[in-house]
Amino acid sequence: MTAVLAIPAEPAVERSEGVWHAAWRRFRADRVGVVSLLVVLAFFVLIAASSLGLVAKGWQDEVGVASAPPTFLGPAPPEATGAIVVPKGPNVDISDIDPLAPRYKEWDERAAKLKTVAAAKRETLPLGGDRFGRDVLAKAIKGTQISVFVGVLAAIVATTIGTLLGAFGGFFGGKVGDFLEWLYNVFESIPGILLIFAFAAVLGRGIGTVVIILGLTGWTGMYRQVRAEFIKHSTREYVRAAEAIGASPLSRMFRHILPNISHVMLVRLGLLVVGFIKAEVILSYLGLGVPVDAVSWGTMLAEAQAELILGHWWQLATATVFMAVFVTAFSLMADAARDALDPKLRGLE
Amino acid sequence: MAAYILRRLWQMVPTLLGVVLLVFILFHFFGADPSVILAGQNATQAQIAAIRQQLGLDQPVYVQFWIYLKSILTFDWGRSWATNEAVSNLFATRLPATLTVMVPILILDTLLALPVAMWVAYRRGTVTDRTIMVITTVALSISFLVYIIVGQYVFAFQLGWFPVQGWSDSVWRNLVTYVPLPVLLAVMVGLAPQTRLYRSFLLDELGHDYVRTARAKGMTERTVLFRHVLRNAAIPILTNIGLALPGIFVGSFLIEVFFSIPGLGREVLLAVNRSDYPVIQAVTVYLAVLTMLINLMTDVMYKVVDPRVVLK
Repeated sequence: MTAVLAIPAEPAVERSEGVWHAAWRRFRADRVGVVSLLVVLAFFVLIAASSLGLVAKGWQDEVGVASAPPTFLGPAPPEATGAIVVPKGPNVDISDIDPLAPRYKEWDERAAKLKTVAAAKRETLPLGGDRFGRDVLAKAIKGTQISVFVGVLAAIVATTIGTLLGAFGGFFGGKVGDFLEWLYNVFESIPGILLIFAFAAVLGRGIGTVVIILGLTGWTGMYRQVRAEFIKHSTREYVRAAEAIGASPLSRMFRHILPNISHVMLVRLGLLVVGFIKAEVILSYLGLGVPVDAVSWGTMLAEAQAELILGHWWQLATATVFMAVFVTAFSLMADAARDALDPKLRGLE
Repeated sequence: MAAYILRRLWQMVPTLLGVVLLVFILFHFFGADPSVILAGQNATQAQIAAIRQQLGLDQPVYVQFWIYLKSILTFDWGRSWATNEAVSNLFATRLPATLTVMVPILILDTLLALPVAMWVAYRRGTVTDRTIMVITTVALSISFLVYIIVGQYVFAFQLGWFPVQGWSDSVWRNLVTYVPLPVLLAVMVGLAPQTRLYRSFLLDELGHDYVRTARAKGMTERTVLFRHVLRNAAIPILTNIGLALPGIFVGSFLIEVFFSIPGLGREVLLAVNRSDYPVIQAVTVYLAVLTMLINLMTDVMYKVVDPRVVLK
C-alpha cells in the first residue's frame, strides 16, 4: 500500500538581513555618504577614461604659450621686451674669411628638405598652462590617475601583508604569534617617515617603488587590527563548529573568519588610501616618488612652488582643488561606510 | 617600579636587535654596493677592491653583521660618506636647530587642540560641532605642502611679516625671528587632526556613567569637564603625545627643507639623496631607541596620572 505523503510546503523562512545588505541600507540613508560616494565614483570614471587614453592623453604636449593663464583671466599682457636697435650701415661681407662659408649652401639645401610646422600655441588654456605651456587641466587629470593609483595599490599591498600576518599571528598564537609580534614591534619602533626614507634610499625611484615602499612600511595598523579580530573570532562557536566538521585551519581562517571581519578591514583600507595619497604627494615633492617623466599631484605641487613667486598660481590651485575634493570625498565616504558597518560608532569621531 | 623599568629595558633588547637586523638587511642586500658609491665613477677595479677590503665587505655576512653590531654598541657611528663628518658630530650640531622648531610646535599643538576639542565635544551634535568637523575634514584633505607653499608666499614674500627663510647662531634670535612662521604653519596643519582625535577621546569619556552621576549630584559642568572627564581622558591624550614625541627629534622634513633650517630632518633627506648610508642607518637606529624609551616613559606616566593603572 502506498500512501502519497503530501510534503508540506516549507514555511517561508524569514532570512535575516545580511551585514552588507543592512549596511548598504544604512549607507543610503546617509546623504553625505551618498554624495561623497558619487564624487568618488566620478573620479574613478575620470581615472578609467584617462588610463584608457580617452582624456588627458596629450598631457605632455606643449599646447599653450609658456605659463599661459586660465581662459577666464584672458591672455597675459605682452611683456615689454625693449626695442633692439638695428645697426645701420652696410653689411660687411666676411665670406672670404668665414671658415663656414663654403658649407652654407649645403646646409640650406638640407634644411629645405625638412618640413617644420609652426604649431599655433594658444594664448590661454582652460585652467592655465605650466612653464612649458602644458595644459594644467590635462596634467591634473593624469596626476589624479597616478596619485590615486599609487594610494589604492599601496593600500592593497599593505592590507594584504597586514591581513596575512595578522591572521596567522591571531589564529595560531604561540611561537608564530610571538615572532610576528616581534616583527611588528621592530617596524613600529622606527618612526614611519624615517622607515619610508630608509626604504627609499635603497630601493630607488619610480611609481612601482613608491607602491612597494608605502605597502612595506604601512602594514602595521592593519596587522594589529586583524590580529585582534582573529584572536576574538578563533574561539567563537561558528569557528569551532567548522573545526568539528573537519575544516582545515586555512579554511577556517580565510573562508570562515575573514568574511566576518572584512568590514573592519574595509574601513581600515579607506584610511590607508587617504594616508598613502598624502604620503605620495610629499614623497614626490621631495624627489623620492614619481619620476620626472610622469605627473602626480606631488610633482605638480613641486613645480608650482617656483611658479607661485612669478604670480602663476593656477597649477597650485588646480592640483590643490583636485586633491582636496578627492580626499575629502573619500574620507567622508569612508566615515559613512564605517558608520553604516558599525552603527555603534556613529558620530564618535 | 624599578623592577618594572628594568624588565621593560631588558625586553627592548630583542626589538632593538630586530631594528639593527632590519637596517642591516635592507642596506646590505637591497642597497647599492657601498664600495661602488664610495669609489666614485672613475674608480678602477683595484680601488673598488681596496675599499671593499677596508669596509670589510669581503668578509662573510655574519662577520659583517658582527662588525656592524659592535660599532653600534660602542656608539661608533662612523663618518658620513659624503662629507666625511663624524655622524656623532652631525647629531650634536643639527639636533639643536630641530628642537628649536619642534618643541614649540608640539607644545602649541597640544595646548590649542585640547580646549577646542573640549569645546566641540561638549557641544556634540550642534551646528558648531558639525561646522568644526567639516572644516577639519577639509583642512585635513589639503596637503601639508600646500599650507607651507602658500603660507611662505603670503606671510613672508607678499606681506613681509616674517623672513622667507634663514637661521642664525643665536637661539633667541632664531626663536623670535625665524621660528614663528614655520611653527605657525605646522600648528595650523596639526590642529585639525589633533582636535578630531581629542574630541573622540573626550566623547568616549562623556558617555560613561560617572559623568551622569556627577551631573546628578549637581556638579557644575565645569567641574564635570575639567576635574572628571579631562582626568579620565588623560591616558589616550598622553599616549598620543608620546607617539608624537619621537618625531620632534628628527623634525619635520618639509619644514626644514622649505625654511632652510639646518636640522636633522634636512640632513637625513640629503643623506637619502646622496646614498649616504651611515647617516641614514645611524639616525634610524638612534630614533628607534629613542622611541622605545619614550614609550616606556609614557607607560610610567600613566601610573602618575591614573593611580588605578597597575604596571606589570
